[in-house]
Amino acid sequence: MTDQAVEREVGRSRLRKEDARLITGQTNWTDNIQVAGLLHLAILRSPMAHARIERIDVSPALERPGVVAAFSGADLAEGLGSLPCAWPVTEDIVLPDHPPVAVDEVRYAGDPVAVVVARDRYAAADALEAIEVDYDPLPPVLDLEAALAEDAPLVHADKGTNRCYTWPLATGESFESVRQRAEVIVKRRYHQQRLIPNAMEPRAVVVTPLAASGEYTVYSSTQIPHILRIMLSVVTGVPEHKLRVIAPDVGGGFGSKLQVYGEEALALAVARRIGRPVKWTESRSEGYLATHHGRGMIQDVEVAATREGRLLGLKVDLIADMGAYLMLVTPGIPILGAFMYPAIYKMDAYDFTCTGVFTTRTPTDAYRGAGRPEATFAIERIMDELAVELGLDPVEVRRRNWIRHEEFPYTSVAGLTYDTGNYEAATEKALALFGYDDLRAEQHKRNERGDPVRLGIGVSTYTEMCGLAPSRVLRDLRYAAGGWEAASIRMLPTGKVEVVTGTSPHGQSHVTCWSQIAADVLGVPFEDVEVLHGDTKAAPQGMDTYGSRSLVVGGSAVHRAAEKVVEKARKVAAHLLEASAQDLEFTGGVFSVKGSPEARKSIQEVAFETFSSHDLPDGMEPTINAEHLVDPENFSYPHGTHLCAVEVDTETGRTSIRSYVCVDDVGRVVNPMIVEGQVHGGLAQGIAQALYEEAVYDDEGNLVSGTMADYLVPSAADLPDFVTDRTETPAASNPLGVKGVGEAGTIASTPAVVNAVVDALRPLGVHDVRMPCTPERVWRAVRSATAGEEASP
Amino acid sequence: MIPPAFDYARPESVEEAVRALAQAGEEAKVLAGGQSLLPLLRLRLAFPELVVDVGRIPQLRGVREDGDSLVIGAMTTHHDVIRDPLVRRHAGLLAQATATVADPAVRHRGTLGGSLAHADPAGDLPAVVLALDAELVAAGPAGRRTIPAREFFLDYLQSALSPDELLVEVRVPKTDGWSFHYEKFHRVAQAWAIVGVAALVRRENGQIVEARVGLTNMGATPLRAAAAEQALTGAGDPQAVARAAEAAAEGTRPAQDVSASPEYRGHLARVLTRRAVLTATGMG
Amino acid sequence: MTHIKVNVDGTTYEDDVEPRLLLAHYLRDRLGLTGTPIGCDTSNCGACTVDLDGATVKSCSVLAVQADGSDVTTVQGLARDGEWTALQRAFHERHGLQCGYCTPGMIMAARDLLRENPHPTPGEVRQALEGNLCRCTGYQNIVRAVLAASGETLAQEVAEEVTA
Repeated sequence: MTDQAVEREVGRSRLRKEDARLITGQTNWTDNIQVAGLLHLAILRSPMAHARIERIDVSPALERPGVVAAFSGADLAEGLGSLPCAWPVTEDIVLPDHPPVAVDEVRYAGDPVAVVVARDRYAAADALEAIEVDYDPLPPVLDLEAALAEDAPLVHADKGTNRCYTWPLATGESFESVRQRAEVIVKRRYHQQRLIPNAMEPRAVVVTPLAASGEYTVYSSTQIPHILRIMLSVVTGVPEHKLRVIAPDVGGGFGSKLQVYGEEALALAVARRIGRPVKWTESRSEGYLATHHGRGMIQDVEVAATREGRLLGLKVDLIADMGAYLMLVTPGIPILGAFMYPAIYKMDAYDFTCTGVFTTRTPTDAYRGAGRPEATFAIERIMDELAVELGLDPVEVRRRNWIRHEEFPYTSVAGLTYDTGNYEAATEKALALFGYDDLRAEQHKRNERGDPVRLGIGVSTYTEMCGLAPSRVLRDLRYAAGGWEAASIRMLPTGKVEVVTGTSPHGQSHVTCWSQIAADVLGVPFEDVEVLHGDTKAAPQGMDTYGSRSLVVGGSAVHRAAEKVVEKARKVAAHLLEASAQDLEFTGGVFSVKGSPEARKSIQEVAFETFSSHDLPDGMEPTINAEHLVDPENFSYPHGTHLCAVEVDTETGRTSIRSYVCVDDVGRVVNPMIVEGQVHGGLAQGIAQALYEEAVYDDEGNLVSGTMADYLVPSAADLPDFVTDRTETPAASNPLGVKGVGEAGTIASTPAVVNAVVDALRPLGVHDVRMPCTPERVWRAVRSATAGEEASP
Repeated sequence: MIPPAFDYARPESVEEAVRALAQAGEEAKVLAGGQSLLPLLRLRLAFPELVVDVGRIPQLRGVREDGDSLVIGAMTTHHDVIRDPLVRRHAGLLAQATATVADPAVRHRGTLGGSLAHADPAGDLPAVVLALDAELVAAGPAGRRTIPAREFFLDYLQSALSPDELLVEVRVPKTDGWSFHYEKFHRVAQAWAIVGVAALVRRENGQIVEARVGLTNMGATPLRAAAAEQALTGAGDPQAVARAAEAAAEGTRPAQDVSASPEYRGHLARVLTRRAVLTATGMG
Repeated sequence: MTHIKVNVDGTTYEDDVEPRLLLAHYLRDRLGLTGTPIGCDTSNCGACTVDLDGATVKSCSVLAVQADGSDVTTVQGLARDGEWTALQRAFHERHGLQCGYCTPGMIMAARDLLRENPHPTPGEVRQALEGNLCRCTGYQNIVRAVLAASGETLAQEVAEEVTA
């Protein structure tokens, strides 16, 4: 029925509607917002990782010119609750109190201790220096394993432990039993370094109060305006219906703006207290302390296999760094990964445990991929080690274990039901594009002649779980909310269309893609569709944007809502054409009567007739607008094969990426241009974890990589051109057949790069290099491996 | 972040600038291109009472010849140094190394004099002027004095300039006929050098008769690799160069920081010295 | 306070400013020209890149008083009568932006490159953008966009702008 229309928009590289404003500077970033009487809020932060606040005096700040107010944590404690954690993963999880401004103890360098409000940002920054604070230092807690010892100093003394939770999952046979019959055991420890997400737009929040009616509008650089509204209401006590949250233009998130931040609550509390609009904007170096970090895990991984290379079981023991407090979904991040360690492989036993640990560092939480990149890294690294152990090519050992395309749907040992996939096809395509055999031949030659610049080849065959999430699954995982998404479609009297979505884009191109989806179903021009989002007044229902969920869940909701519009319009058209609804065809936006094609009504005409309501079917509500909420039945499972060739200068330790090929299967594609762009960006971040980025702390718990000059975000000059391609195996769990693409590149690329680095160095005796694979680490690995070789006869 | 408040002077002559500096004493900072000073101010790592902006003093810009030397105005931007025909012809090492400083926008503002006066051992240009045996000319209340590059860099971020002195020009001896190469090792394009090596060699009949090697980020100041320079003399093939380069880290005391250990820096100094000399001479 | 006179995107402004006021904050907070965003405090990210008297600068690392008497061009001053420049078109057509926060700086940096080197190689484009960070695109489509915009059309436009 709408098939012709489908060909028209979905699947086509439509240029983006979002661009016009962004390339001409007509943007609406939160920091752009100016309102009469706007005051600036600045935050004094702890310079120490862990200390008792002995004394704090904010009154000298009030003497400074332009300062309107200053508050300590104690001043603000009334009417400002603990920041929320919505994912208490176990019943006995330790949930510490998390005041937006510390009252008697600071627990990470950057923990807020006081705020000032002044007429401009310069006056506010100056006034911070007048605040007097005496700290009594406490021991920092930095080592994840030492933190679990009996006598370790405590991050939260009242809790009596640094252990936040232990979350086990054991499925299939017992791992012990498969270990007994295994012929090969490979055990490794991997480190997931802490990363700083680095969305290009620093966070900002503006709150405008309407004192007379007790209403507040909160503008925030957030991925989650809807969740934020609920949580801000809980934290501040401002009734939910008096809060309007707007995510204006948001400059990237990557999980870092999937959060309910202290600054958001603070701005609201302060605006309420002083009755004036306030703005807070973080500087980049402030954000490095105040915006949550990602990763931060130690992974002990063990695989059991047969001599032929068949996997029997997998055991994973994680220690995950929570940081000082639990933020919105901090404890759940490693749990999202728990189901992905078995990846695309068949095995009989799976045993997983994660222990969350408090440390005196910035809290961790979601960062692009959120648990799944860590899982993929571990399994894809150890598959390479297994291949070495068995003397097999790394692609071959994967081939012997992966789920074959005819075996779908397939329930993994971790209990996920993968609906569709074709790992063989993606891998074959990637190998051909990469020139795998030729590169292996070149590598062999270079190794033979002892080339100081080694060639390494890394593979990663990944899958991930996207489309978060079936609400009942979230319930079982003890997440506080559901995973549905909402869309509504308004047919305007002039035939134009408004799509209202509960997703909240910040670079993902929802306006363009949702227009394509709606245009196809409704048969209206792409240009006639507007998409409203990111404002709880304009788009009141939603679960927002994270976890590669928006297209899968939110896009499906748009599709379904549009179908409902067509069905309502069909009734009106049938009435107007004096035909029965079943006798109508709907093509290209026009209803016509089968057999008499001259009897036609366009959907735009129907929209006007509905507006005038002069001649509607008896008893019909005068609207063809429709709303639909989708609660997904299953996750979606993108997959693909990534191949990376690196050259490693063994003298300096420098790694250069020579070529990178990926073939991703993200299901049906709404806009190929946008999908390719998502993959590129994901690759850059995954490669950055492999080679460049790390949040480094010193022994006192200070963030040493504390500015963009020290934390190495790669530039265009540091990254290669990527070769990207696709296979297309539609998802079975949603009407669009889509799977999600936001995180694929990040998840797949990190192990591909590190596998390549290790592959380059393996002939020299190197078996691992810790991330990021800095030149010094590579150099040291080579040096100690060759020294070992020399030592042994 | 936000710079702290300061007073501002924008002198139009060197004399006026020196007077302003003399009046303010230790509490004044010279603002050249500002590409080091502005980030320091924004991070509130510097709190000057007075900022003396020397950006509008025309005499401080430009390159001229003076016999066997080039005279480069302290306020000549990196961008202009890279493109200056005299610099390219007679001090190619400087042009080449300057092109590796930061990024194009920073090079539009940043100046040669500013980079040197900042005396950051991780900066590329201090080691380069050291290798070039340049002289730095300072103007003060008592007039001008010339400071050899070897005596200019005293300690970390500390130059031989007194608070009332302004660096006005850099005199670079022409290195016509010398081979040169600046080998910079950094992790991402706009990062500071972990180690940099500025090599200048003069050869006769295929043998090195004189070598100068400046080291970036191998101590609290830029350094000359004296032992390697000596060992390079007489080297005529890659093996000899490699042997000589082994002495490159002698006498250095590189820092331990977030990007590298002293041990690794020492190793890099040796490897990069070899590579720089081989590239300069075309022997590699 | 220091008195300054600056021409921004064709309009002359006179203001008394604190000497410490950053050019980026002058543009954004005083003139309301919020098309130029700020992304860091160490001059690494390049989001705030503008053209100052014919050369790019990072406006977070220039004081407003240093721009006294100068001409500033921001991303908001590029389009003529609503007509985008070749670079703006190319960023749109090659999907050279996602969230768009780095885009003003990227466009200004690319414009600077093409003014000096109208036919850059892909490697030269990557080098020229080394001071501009993007977290969304992985840069590939930005490089494509700059290459697409290079050539006669753009050189002509820039020449017209400079003479205008």
